[in-house]
Amino acid sequence: MQRLLPVLTVLTGMIVLWYAAAVWMNSTWVFDQADRAGTTVSFAEMVPQTMAQERPLLPPAHQVAGELWKGFTGQAVTSKRSLVYHAFVTLKGTLMGFALGIVFGVGLAMAIVRFRVMEMSVMPWAIISQTIPIVALAPMILVVASQVGIEGRDIPKAIIAAYLSFFPVLVSMVKGLRSPDQMQLDLLKTYGASEAQTFLKLRIPASMPYFFASLKVAIAASLIGTIVGELPTGAIEGLGARMLIGSQFGEPLIMWSALFAAAILAGLLIVVVGFVEQLARSRMGVPA
Amino acid sequence: MSWIAGTVIVWLAAWALNARVAAGGWSRTKTGRLFVPLLFGVTLLVVWEGLVRGLNVAPVILPAPSAIAAKIATSLPTLWADFVQTVLKGALPGFLIGSGAAVATAIAIDRSPFLQRGLLPIGNFVAALPIVGLAPILVMWFGFDWQSKAAVVVVMVFFPVLVNMVAGLQASERMQRDLMATWGASYWQTLMKLRLPAAMPFLFNGLKIASTLALIGAIVAEFFGSPIYGMGFRISTEVGRLGLDMVWATIAVAALAGSALYGLIVLIERGVTFWHPSQRH
Repeated sequence: MQRLLPVLTVLTGMIVLWYAAAVWMNSTWVFDQADRAGTTVSFAEMVPQTMAQERPLLPPAHQVAGELWKGFTGQAVTSKRSLVYHAFVTLKGTLMGFALGIVFGVGLAMAIVRFRVMEMSVMPWAIISQTIPIVALAPMILVVASQVGIEGRDIPKAIIAAYLSFFPVLVSMVKGLRSPDQMQLDLLKTYGASEAQTFLKLRIPASMPYFFASLKVAIAASLIGTIVGELPTGAIEGLGARMLIGSQFGEPLIMWSALFAAAILAGLLIVVVGFVEQLARSRMGVPA
Repeated sequence: MSWIAGTVIVWLAAWALNARVAAGGWSRTKTGRLFVPLLFGVTLLVVWEGLVRGLNVAPVILPAPSAIAAKIATSLPTLWADFVQTVLKGALPGFLIGSGAAVATAIAIDRSPFLQRGLLPIGNFVAALPIVGLAPILVMWFGFDWQSKAAVVVVMVFFPVLVNMVAGLQASERMQRDLMATWGASYWQTLMKLRLPAAMPFLFNGLKIASTLALIGAIVAEFFGSPIYGMGFRISTEVGRLGLDMVWATIAVAALAGSALYGLIVLIERGVTFWHPSQRH
């Protein structure tokens, strides 16, 4: 309750602001219509008309919620009009990119921790790679993938998502693999542990908290990458493509429902990753 | 064949040299620390060039670095116009307005713990959302020119900066605040002399995240409609025409712009937070 009340208050404030903005932005259209019809509308008449337009500048919350509901339950989940279907396509890309990003990030982190030359030559470039706006690369990755004969858009999308999600994993894992202190390393040396054993029994377990902390950032980044990968040039499936279609056909409701579906997906993914993190922490004996 | 063999030899030689340098004492000095990554970068370019030539990769799949450099040299005016449109008119004003608004909001809600408790979880959540999705909506509202790009950037950078700034304002220690109180410092004096400086490392963390988001936002927004220049517009049209050398040239500009913006923020950070442990050498 202590934590819920402030959050609910702020949320309510946001929704009130949303409705006020919806009335204000959509009123232009109402007044235009009235002007053309040669009538005038009072404020009380105008407000209801801003709430149910077909192409509102800013759809009010209940209209978006209705469209979302229709998208989720209005048809079979395999239908091309179902948001569940598009969300699933996006989810698939996100998870593939997420997995790829984890493998790449962890592998690179291991190499960097093991070899000084890797750290010195690769680490600066890994940082620079994140200042390059990936969206600049996205359309090109799609074209090149189709040129070299990769069917479908799943793999290029996953590459874009992995490009964004590997970095948080890399940074955290480098920190985590280095977190055992000298005492612990010395202890293993007195046991006569080989390098591989030190890695498996000390460095890897020590890095786990860092690893899980980075996963939340990585999954969010992966989702952004997937949606960006769906935006440019002719995608027809996925939430990003829904946004693009909504934009091209001037259907704001499609855009808004896709946007909120993406937000819901992001929320679910973060909750799931947080849950896995909790589970792993308690299994490894970390106090909650 | 000779191209590939040469490439492999150059690569192995450079790698061996790098490994030697990294193991030696020179790598601890400043020039050594610059030399190793630079050599790595140059090697990458050489390998790229060699493989493209040796394997006869079609320019519509991957142009060689030399071809990209030639394209950059011949189309400087276009690239400059795109840069001005996307970075100077779209990303930068959006970045400044968005971060400014976020800092102002953070200070405004600073006095109300209730608002902070409400806004922080929401801000954290929104910062993780794919806000780029707002791009088509904002393009619809603000038109095709740079105003809509700046608006997308404002929304994208607002929440990461806000979350970091709110955390930063709470970073000063109880002892320090008590000390200010014993000196009879007013709220504003405490804010200006203790809490804002203490918040700076957090703020710059947020600004660094925001700087990459700003460019992403400005470029993505151009996919949804733009005048006939701008980096996002250039990329999407040239990809359609398979003019990949121009695409790579624009990517090079985007990479430079992104790194420059990031570097600028790091420089300012060094000046502002020189007292912080992470800045001591």
